[in-house]
Formats: sequence, structure tokens, C-alpha cells
Amino acid sequence: MSEQLVFAMEVFANGLMSGVLYALVALGFVLIYKASGIFNFAQGVMALFAAMTLVGIQNGQVPFAHLINAIFGTHVHSFGWNISSAFALILTVGVMILLAWAVQRFVFRHLVGQEPIILFMATIGLAYFLEGFADLMWNSEIKTLTFCLPGELCLPQGMNLAIDDAAYNAWGVGFFIDNLDITATLVAIVLVIALVAFSQYTKQGRAMRAVADDHQAALSVGISLNFIWVLVWSLAGFVALVAGIMWGAKSGVQFSLSLIALKALPVLMLGGFTSIPGAIVGGLIIGVGEKMFEYCFGIGQCFGGVINLGGATENWFAYVLALVFLVFRPQGLFGEKIIERV
Amino acid sequence: MSNDSYVTDDGRTIGPTVMEMKNITLRFGGVKAITDISFDIREGEIRAIIGPNGAGKSSMLNVISGFYVPQEGEVWYKGAKRPPMKPYQVAGQGIARTFQNIALFEGMTVLDNVMTGRLRQMKANLFEQAIWKGKAEREEVENREKVERIIDFLEIQAIRKTPVGRLPYGLKKRVELARALAAEPSILLLDEPMAGMNVEEKEDMSRFILDMNDEFGTTIALIEHDMGVVMDLSDRVVVMDYGKKIGDGTPSEVRNNQDVIDAYLGVAHD
Repeated sequence: MSEQLVFAMEVFANGLMSGVLYALVALGFVLIYKASGIFNFAQGVMALFAAMTLVGIQNGQVPFAHLINAIFGTHVHSFGWNISSAFALILTVGVMILLAWAVQRFVFRHLVGQEPIILFMATIGLAYFLEGFADLMWNSEIKTLTFCLPGELCLPQGMNLAIDDAAYNAWGVGFFIDNLDITATLVAIVLVIALVAFSQYTKQGRAMRAVADDHQAALSVGISLNFIWVLVWSLAGFVALVAGIMWGAKSGVQFSLSLIALKALPVLMLGGFTSIPGAIVGGLIIGVGEKMFEYCFGIGQCFGGVINLGGATENWFAYVLALVFLVFRPQGLFGEKIIERV
Repeated sequence: MSNDSYVTDDGRTIGPTVMEMKNITLRFGGVKAITDISFDIREGEIRAIIGPNGAGKSSMLNVISGFYVPQEGEVWYKGAKRPPMKPYQVAGQGIARTFQNIALFEGMTVLDNVMTGRLRQMKANLFEQAIWKGKAEREEVENREKVERIIDFLEIQAIRKTPVGRLPYGLKKRVELARALAAEPSILLLDEPMAGMNVEEKEDMSRFILDMNDEFGTTIALIEHDMGVVMDLSDRVVVMDYGKKIGDGTPSEVRNNQDVIDAYLGVAHD
């Protein structure tokens, strides 16, 4: 097989994997949008906050160290211990649940029944607040994230040699896939199956869908709106944590992590704001689409290089695709079609 | 408040008082929607609240179901005074309701909609549901059986898997009734169950209400402004006008009450 074709396949596979990472972020959006009709602009920042919290706890950082030092003139920075990743993960989940509760208690509880645009504005405010809060709590240095579960099961880095060897034996050409991407894919698959099962087959899931559909009716069958909203924000927080771990392990825990939320937007337009499987398929299409487009037309590898846009198409391809979708299929591929009887 | 039971002419047993409203007054700012109203609902009866438009019937129903909290007066339920409660807590106590303007989960199927009526009866925790053995499985099977029975009863088998958003008005009303009934409520509140229906649909609905009361022994409190339907259905009737109670008794008592006749037919004020 030609080196050219193997390279194309490699680009395709890498597109799939980065699509999975987009989908992970998009998932968080879908969860909250489905259950409360809120488009949560803060989802990306939540991923950043979750990742920073995890690293901070793991490294024994003192929360608000700068603030404490500035006020009391002390020099505390670290508790001087290292906590295992598994335990830190549990604590971080706790923090995200606390955050969900606080968001519900102090922001959205007071905005019940407001226009969607007002709720959206509130999430923008929340995004900026959380960003500053995260910096204040854990400082703004770029941190590396190493995540190991008991039994030396660390998030792997670098090239997968098994696939490379297999490809080399078959075609005489190497095949590069990042181990971390494979792990992220597996984690995403498990997460999606769990989320779909949760919303379709458990009583809390059914209550969640009920709240998403009609508040009054949900109240009349005995569902507490507050409880469901805290539950949904907790779930979104958990998804943000998973996304934060994967992206953080890939490119370091830093501010730019919160910008991946922007890449989730076209994913949502493609997959539909209300569909969990849609977020995944949308993510894969965007991931593969932008990589293949870059390969074919960005650097002119297809059709004898007739079209060569000179690269950097990855920056805009997803948004153009989303625009096309908005024109022809506004509810996305899997979104609920709006049925209205007149 | 009465603790004795009696048997009606058609052989149904009406039990003791299950809910009692004592001197309820509800205001919206300066407007009095309900003024000093008291009445009771007895176990197993069909109790109607009637009155012309704007009489405060729906407000009364909203007070019972916890959507409104009255400024004055007490609600007594099963022999105890009820503290101010959220609607979902009231539902948790076994008071189910339907809405005048239908509140269903439009995106969900009929079956799923009716199943939400049984959320309160599902006790298995998340872990038990995840492993899907023992309690969770048993519960789901049990609840499905009950729900299927109600679906049969209300003759909506054919549309079990249809998303509710696609159904016509009359069927939606019936699905909403099924969901409320699925909760096996101690009191079932119906807000204008016959509103916007043609004669045939009204007859169907009346039949369902009577059968429900007969077969499941459900206590029903309903609001209606169509006098004719109500008189045939109910055991006792409260009549409201301009937020005040102007009559309370059996249909024949109410029909001969001069205030009620005036309220419905209008009377010359001089």
C-alpha cells in the first residue's frame, strides 16, 4: 500500500480521535440543555476548573494560597503531600457537585421562568466568574496532569507501538496513533453508554427528561425541579471533569482549555442540541471532516493537489459546516424535530 | 368533618372526610380570588366545584395541589393540618392532578408519560437500578403492569408508543388522565376535564370518570363550568361565584338553590 494512502488513513484515524474529544465537551452542553433549556456557555470553563481542581488536590496545593498569603503575610503554598489520583478524582467529583449546587442555589433558582436569552447571559457571567475563581483558587500557572489509577494504570502518552508495528508489517509503513487518543475514545464510549442508559432506564433519568419537557407537569407528578437541576449540573460537571482530564493530559492544564468549548458549538449544531448520541456523531464528523479537509484541500494532497488553500483550514472548517447545517437542517442530525399542532 | 360512611343510591360507599378546606382566602395583590371558603372532600366520592368563568375554581384547585399558597385558612388532609408545601411535595402525598391546558411531556411517548406518574412508587436507588436485579427489576415489572392496566382501561393501547406531541386534543386529555391515575392518588383533581370537547368526547370522558371512581375507588374532585355534565356525575357540588361559596350540597339541592340559579342565569340588580 502506498505511503500516501497510509498517511490519509492516519489522518482519518486521528480525526476520529480528536472528534471524540470534541464530543466529550459537547456532551456536557447537551445534558444541561436537555434538562433545563439553558445553553451553558460555562461548560468549557467548568472543564478547566475541574482539571485545575484535580491537579491542585493531587499536588497538595493550598487553595487560595495567594489570597491567604496576601492577607496574613504568610508563605503557604503546599500542604506537602501527594494524593493518589483515584482519591483526588473522588474529591474533585465532590467539588463539582458542590459547584452544581451553588450554581443552582445562587444563580438559576432566582431565574426560574426567565427568557432563554437571560439564562444564557447568566451562564456567560458564570463562565467569567468561574475562570477568575479558578485562578484565585489554584493560581494560573500551566500545570501538567498525570493521572494514574491504582495498579500503575496511568493515562498513556506517546505513540502506540503495537499499531505502528502491525501497520509496518502489513504495509511497510508506520502508522501513528497517540495512546492517549485511544484511551479517550474508550472512556468516551463508556461514558456515553452510561449516560444514555441513565437517561432512558432509570427513574432519575425519566424524571430528568420529564423536567426538560414541561415544568408544571413534572411538578404535578411529584418531581422536585431543584433536585433534578442540581443532578443535571452535577452530571455536566462530571462530564466536564472527564473532558478536562483528557484535554489536560494532552495539552496541559491551562487557560486555553476553556476555549475548547468554542469547538463544541459546531459539533452541537451538527448533532442537535438535544441528542446525546448526536453529540458523539457530530463530534466525529467535525473531527474527521476538519482533518480530512485540511489534508485534501488545505495542504493539497488529494486530486493531484488541484486545490491547495495553503493550510490552516482547521480553524474555520467546522464553523462553515455548522453554518451550512443551520440553513438546511436547523435541528441538527439527531435533534428533536419540533412538532407543533395548530 | 365527618367520620361516618354512607351508601349512595347506586350502591357506592362514601367514606369519611379525607380533605377539608377551612376558611381559605387567596389574594393576588389587592384582588381577592377566593374569599373565606370552606368545604370538605370525602373518600370515594366525586366532588365537583362549579361556577361561572372567573369564579375562582381553578385557583381553588391550585390551592389544593400546592401551586398557590393561600394567605388565610387551613388545609386539612387525612386528619392533619398541612403546612405550606411545594407542588411536588403535595404530589408526593398522593394528590394527583390534570391541567386545563394539558401539561404533558410532549417529546415522550404515551407509555413514558404514564410511567412518570409512577415515579413516586419507585424506591430502588441508583445502584440497584444499575445492576438491574432484585428490587429495581421487580419494581419496573410491577409498575409496568399497573400502567398497562390503566392504559387498557382508558382505551389508549393503540397509541402507547406514539409521541404525545402528535396526538389530537381529546386523546391528550385522556393521556393526562392516565398519568394522574397511574399515581394511584388518594385524591384526583381534574381541571375542566371536558373543556373544548365535542359531545361524544364529553360522554367518553364522563364514562371514564365514573368508571374510574367505581373500579379503583378513586376520590375525584373536578372543576367544570358545564352544569349539565356535572350534575349527572357528581355526588356533591360546591358552587362558587366571584370567589365566594354560594352553594354546597347534592346536585338536586344545588339545582334548587336560588343563589345558584341567580349566578348562572343572571339577576337584575336594583
